[in-house]
Parts: sequence; structure tokens; C-alpha cells
Amino acid sequence: MTASRLQVRGLTKAFGANTVLRGLDLDLAVGEIHALIGGNGAGKSTFSKILAGLLPRDGGEISLDAAGYAPRDRRAAQAAGVVMVLQELSVLPTLNVGENLFLHALPTRGAGIIDRTRLASQARAALDRVGLSGLDPETPAATLGVGHQQLVEIAAGLAQECRVLILDEPTAALTRAEIETLFGLLRSLRARGTSILYISHRLDEISELADRVSVLRDGQLIATLPARETSRDQLITLMAGEAGEKAKATQSAGKIGPVLLQVRDLQAGPAVRGVSLAVHAGEIVGLGGLVGAGRTELLRAIFGVDRATGGEVRFGPGLVPVAPGSPRAALAAGFAFVPEDRKQHGLFSPLSVQWNASCARWPQRRRWLGWLDRVAEAAEAGELLSRLQVRFSNLGQAVAELSGGNQQKVVIGRWLRREIRVWLLDEPTRGVDVSARRAIYALLRERAASGAGVLVASSDYDELAALCDRIVVLSQGRVAGEFTPATLNPAAFLAAAFHGFSGTATSRS
Amino acid sequence: MLRSRGLSEFLFLALLLAALVGLFGLLSDHFWSLGTLQTVTNRIPSLALAALGLTFVLVAGGIDLSVGSVSAVAGAVFGWCVADRGMPVAVAAGAALGAALVCGVINGALVNALRMPSFIVTLGLLEGARGFAYLVTNSQTKYLGERLALLQATPVGGLSVAFLLAVALTATAHFVLTRTVLGRHLVAVGTNEEAARLIGVSPTRVRAVVFGISGLLAGLAGLCHVARLGAADPNAGSGLELSAIAAAVIGGTSLMGGRGSMLATFIGVLIIATLEAGLAHLGVSEPMKRVVTGVVIVGAVAAESIRARIAARRARQGGL
Repeated sequence: MTASRLQVRGLTKAFGANTVLRGLDLDLAVGEIHALIGGNGAGKSTFSKILAGLLPRDGGEISLDAAGYAPRDRRAAQAAGVVMVLQELSVLPTLNVGENLFLHALPTRGAGIIDRTRLASQARAALDRVGLSGLDPETPAATLGVGHQQLVEIAAGLAQECRVLILDEPTAALTRAEIETLFGLLRSLRARGTSILYISHRLDEISELADRVSVLRDGQLIATLPARETSRDQLITLMAGEAGEKAKATQSAGKIGPVLLQVRDLQAGPAVRGVSLAVHAGEIVGLGGLVGAGRTELLRAIFGVDRATGGEVRFGPGLVPVAPGSPRAALAAGFAFVPEDRKQHGLFSPLSVQWNASCARWPQRRRWLGWLDRVAEAAEAGELLSRLQVRFSNLGQAVAELSGGNQQKVVIGRWLRREIRVWLLDEPTRGVDVSARRAIYALLRERAASGAGVLVASSDYDELAALCDRIVVLSQGRVAGEFTPATLNPAAFLAAAFHGFSGTATSRS
Repeated sequence: MLRSRGLSEFLFLALLLAALVGLFGLLSDHFWSLGTLQTVTNRIPSLALAALGLTFVLVAGGIDLSVGSVSAVAGAVFGWCVADRGMPVAVAAGAALGAALVCGVINGALVNALRMPSFIVTLGLLEGARGFAYLVTNSQTKYLGERLALLQATPVGGLSVAFLLAVALTATAHFVLTRTVLGRHLVAVGTNEEAARLIGVSPTRVRAVVFGISGLLAGLAGLCHVARLGAADPNAGSGLELSAIAAAVIGGTSLMGGRGSMLATFIGVLIIATLEAGLAHLGVSEPMKRVVTGVVIVGAVAAESIRARIAARRARQGGL
């Protein structure tokens, strides 16, 4: 390695009580491809967003080419030569490729009239640089495939001179040919002295492409190693930490009963590619895996929010098939679903606490008329909310005013008003404080003890380890491993989670 | 939701109405009279019924621009049945309401099946239904005389049957929206459609119901109009949808869905009718009347949103 490009020392960042970066150090050399890996919550995304000026840091020093570096926003970072290609696509489908590339600085003839000739030639040059010489800058962006949109995005990042290029999972949507194009481009950028920070779950790609690889865990740098000489197993061990460190058994002592939920070869879109699993009465089953492994999509397909494209869902003890694509059918079978995104999919934010607590089942005076019993509604909601120890000022208060933990208690607790046999929960403790988290665990254990089946998707290894009787690991939309508390350890768990990301050429559509 | 809306909002609307009545009474010698009351109550049933139906749709997160044209379809079908076919009035009225219901069902079905915005679907029916009304009547006004006199009878205190019907339906609609599971489902879909689906509410069913109700009430509005004029005019109710939107919005109904009140919509209708009658009393010219009406609509909504913001700030400071 030659000269140092970027030096990070003691970087810290917390979101409320949740500390993400705990004194991170990292060195990036001039003209290297530096891979960044780590499990969920290791701090990769937070770190790269701080570098790109998308998040402010709490503490620590960063220097860029020996000068202090503290960008106020994304624009300032780009002016300093640090460019991040965002994971989510930001290509505007109604504009053409050239307009997308230079939206931040469209060439004009003055008076705001776009100089189309100059735009086309600039765009062509930028496309040449990413190996897309065949693409006409006048092509409407909407007609491009996802892979090409991603490459256009990268071209947009490179349209400006850059010293540090940050890529976060850039190959997730690319075909093998597009990946080759991208890798070729990255290598030529490296030759010109650009430093590339490359975040990926795909360990095979890293050994193919990167010079060095840094492993993050719990917001700290664990090691920086030469990428080619480091084995996959070594990396997984480093990401996992000391094996068996946190093996404990606080599982429900209750009896495991008959099968309540059986999922057979379920497929849904590109994310769920044939999953089979079962949840028994009295059992809490965890669903683990990396971000993008298909956990959310699996739960949504089981509950019928998204229509499964293959396979089936059955409800025990009689193993009755549940009609696909219908949350109403799933509810009738005794399923309940607590979505990942509380604000978008769970809460009726402007409405009252009482409303949100009662909406799973309204107390009625005359069923045929649907005439509500408002006295009972208030009483039952009040009783439910105090049982869950939700902190609120009055029943008419807008639920949006509650803290995240109390909102989540409402979203989960509303189902206690129905006879729920199978609980499907997606990240039930995300953005939730410690006391609410404990309350939610206690509630789920109590439900399982009373004979319900619980399926919990979580990105938090400790949560899965502490809560579940059994843990199923998804990788690239398939089951890649299954653990009991006795067999669970971080290294084996991570190895399973990364399993589907090997053999890049074959496993991708 | 009901508690947070509170009485203060109704109070605000009632005060606005009282202020208008008071103002016109002071400005004009003859405004405070039984005659004025009769004029106002006579004019509003059509608007009130259309606005109630529209409020259902708005609360569920949609919009129905076709209410005026659908009311004309009902009138036209009624006129055709009675004048051209010589059917009994009850049968004709049934046919008219049936036609209006079909229009509403078409709106709901198109919005559901094609996943199109209701604004566009009902804009299509705004034109299409109007055209149908012209076709049915052969573009002519059919004079029907006293056939629907029943609706115009004044059994109590000079208030017409049509007005009393509108009041009764307002009360019913208010009950449905605030005291029934259906009402809760409308609010759920209008507030957060995805969350509603996850608690087992079918947005498709809810939309089918609200557009059906809106069509039916627009049909009833058309019959009230026929009763008042003694004639079925294919041009009747043009612009009714905009007045109905204005009434709902003055009443605090959100165009984004999830929020609205039938009583408040009814007060909104009264405000619009009072304004119209009052300005007529003062001899204000037609163009000037429209300018003032526009100012009052925007002013009322602006004042209400300022009131709500102040109330929210006070709640934040005092409540917690």
C-alpha cells in the first residue's frame, strides 16, 4: 500500500440509547479497493453515511489526504471528493439517462434553457467511463433494467471527480455480466488512484475484487487483512466474535405441542425462493439472516399481504390450507401479523390511542348492525393498555405522540383482543427502549406458554438467542440453517447467513 | 379521534353560522323571517344529501366528482318513467334511485378493479352520467307538476319533508360514521390503507360501499331537486359536486382521508345556503356573490386550521 487517503480515528455515533459506533478506526490507502464486512448492526451503513455527509458524527477524527474532514451534508462531501452510491435507487424514471446523470448541474445556454448537445456529449463521456458506451443518453430511465439503473447511478457518482468512492451492496441487483462490467470499472478507477470502500455480504466477490478487507463488529474495527490471503471461515469467525460467548438458555420451559403453522416450499417474488418451516404450539421460532435475506417477504407471504407465487401455508392442528394473498383469510385462521415498519404499516398515526388499541376487534352492541359499544370500547382499551403498561396521558391522545416502545406495545397488544394462534412478528423490538423490549419478550413468552405459536424475524442475534426455542436462518430466500439454543453459536449462525451469497454466478437470476 | 376533534370544532362552525345569520340580519331588514328560513331549508336538501355521500367517500380516502351528474341521472330516469312511460311515482322513484346506485357501483368497481384514482374515475362519470341524463330525457326538461309534492309538504313549522329527510339522514350518517364498525373501517382505510389491510379490513369492500352510498344519496338529491322544480331537467345539479366538496371541507373533512364529520358537513351546507340567501337579500350581484362565496370557503378552512393548530399547541403545553 502506498500513501494514506483517509484516516478514521475513534469515530463514535449513537442513535438515542443505541450506540452504533464505539470508537471506530479505519485506514484507506490511495488507489485501493477496501472491503468492509460485518453482521447486521455492525455499523457499516452508519459509518459510510457519516463519510458521505448523510449523518453527523458524535465524536472522533477523520482526515482526508492529511486534512481534517467533516462534511456538513452530502454536497459538501462530494465537493471534497467523497461520493457514495446509495443502496436505494434514486434514478428518476421520467427523465432520460443523461438528465439523470447531470441533474445536479445541467448545462444551459443561459436563461435556464438546457443545452441538449452539451448534455449528450457529457453524458456519453460519463457512460463510457462505466463501460456503458452502448447506452444512448436519450434513453428514458424507466426503460432500463434495475442493473443498468444501478450502473447509471454509479456513473452519476463518477461524473464528478472523486477521491473516495463508497459502494454499499452494489451487486445485489446486477447480473453476472453487469458485475463484470462494474468490477472492470472499479479496477480501472483504482489504477487511477481512486480509493474505493466496498461494502458487501458476498465474501466471494471480496476475495475476487478487494485488496484489503476490514471486519467490523459492534461498531468497532476488529481487523484489517489482505483480502486474497484471508479465508471465508476466518472472516466469519472474526465477524462472529468469540464463539459460544453468549450461549444461555432462558427459553420457555413449556411443552411443545402440535404443529400450528406449516409452510411448504413457499415462494414469493425474487426474495422468497422456496421456504419450508413449521411452528408448533408453545414454541417461539426465530427467523434470522442478513438484511435482504427475505425474512420480511416471507412473513408477508405467510400472512397473505403479498401473494405467494408458489408453495402453501397450512394451519394446524388439522393442517388446513390458508387461502393465499388474503390477510382476512390468515386472520380467520388465527394468525396475526406485526409489521416491521410500525409507522407505515402498523399505526393509524393521527388517530387516538384507544382507536389503535381497539381496532383488531371492536366491541359491539348489536352485531348485525355493527353498532359499537363505546363504553365497553373505552373500558377494554383502558384495561388492555394498563396491562401492557403503556404510558399515555388519556385515551383520546393521538398515538403518534407516544414513544416508539409504547407505540409498539399498542401495535402488538391490540391482537390480545382476539384469539390468536400464530403470531408473526417482524423486528418487534426495533426502535424500542429496553423496558418495552423486556415487556414484549415477556408477552411473547406468555403467549407461547398459553399454547400459541410465535414466529419472530429479527436482525438482532442476541434477541434471537435470548428469545427463541429454535432459530431458522434464511439466506438469499432459502433456509440455510437451523439451530436450537444448544447448537447456536455466532460463527455457525453467520456462516449460515452468508451461505446463500456464495456461488455468485449461479444463485442469481 | 372523536375526542380529539372535540366539541370546540362544532362550536366554531356553529359560531360561524350564527355570525353569518347575525350579520345578514343587521345588514338587511327582512332577513330574519320565516320566509328566509323556508327559502334556505327548501334549497338545501339536494346539497345536503350529496355532501353526506361525498363525506363518506372522502373519509375513506377517495373523492366523488360525479354526484351532480348522478343526481341528474336520477331526475332524468324519474322524469322518463313518469312522463313517457306513465309509471306510478313510487316505481319511478325506485327506478331513479336504482339508476343512481348503479352509477355509484360503477365508480366503486372501476376504482377497485383498475386501481385507478377515484378522482379520474368519477371525473369520467361526471361527464358520462351527464350525457346519459341528456340521452334519457332527449335533452328536454320534462314538466311533472305536483307528482313529488309529498317531498315539498311542510308538516312542521314550515320545514319541508325533504329538509326533514335530509336532517334524518344526516343523523343516520353520523351514527354510521361514529358508532358502527363500518364507520371505523372507513376511517381505517382513509387513514392508512396498508395498516387497515393488516387488521383484516378489506379496502376493496369499503370503497364499494362508500361509492354505492354516495350514488344512492346523489340519486335522492336528484329527486329532491325534481320535487322543488316540479320538473326533470337534464342540466340539474351541475356544479353540485363542487358545492358539496366546499360544504364538506368547511366542515373540516380532510381531502386526504381519514377525517370528517357528518354533522360538520351539514353545518357546512347551512353556511353555504345562508350565505347565498343572505347575499341575495342584500341584492348583491351574481358575480359578486361568487367572489364572496369563494372568500368564505377559503377563509373558513383557513380559520379552522389556525384554530386546530392553536388547540394542538395548547394541548402539548398543558396536557403532558
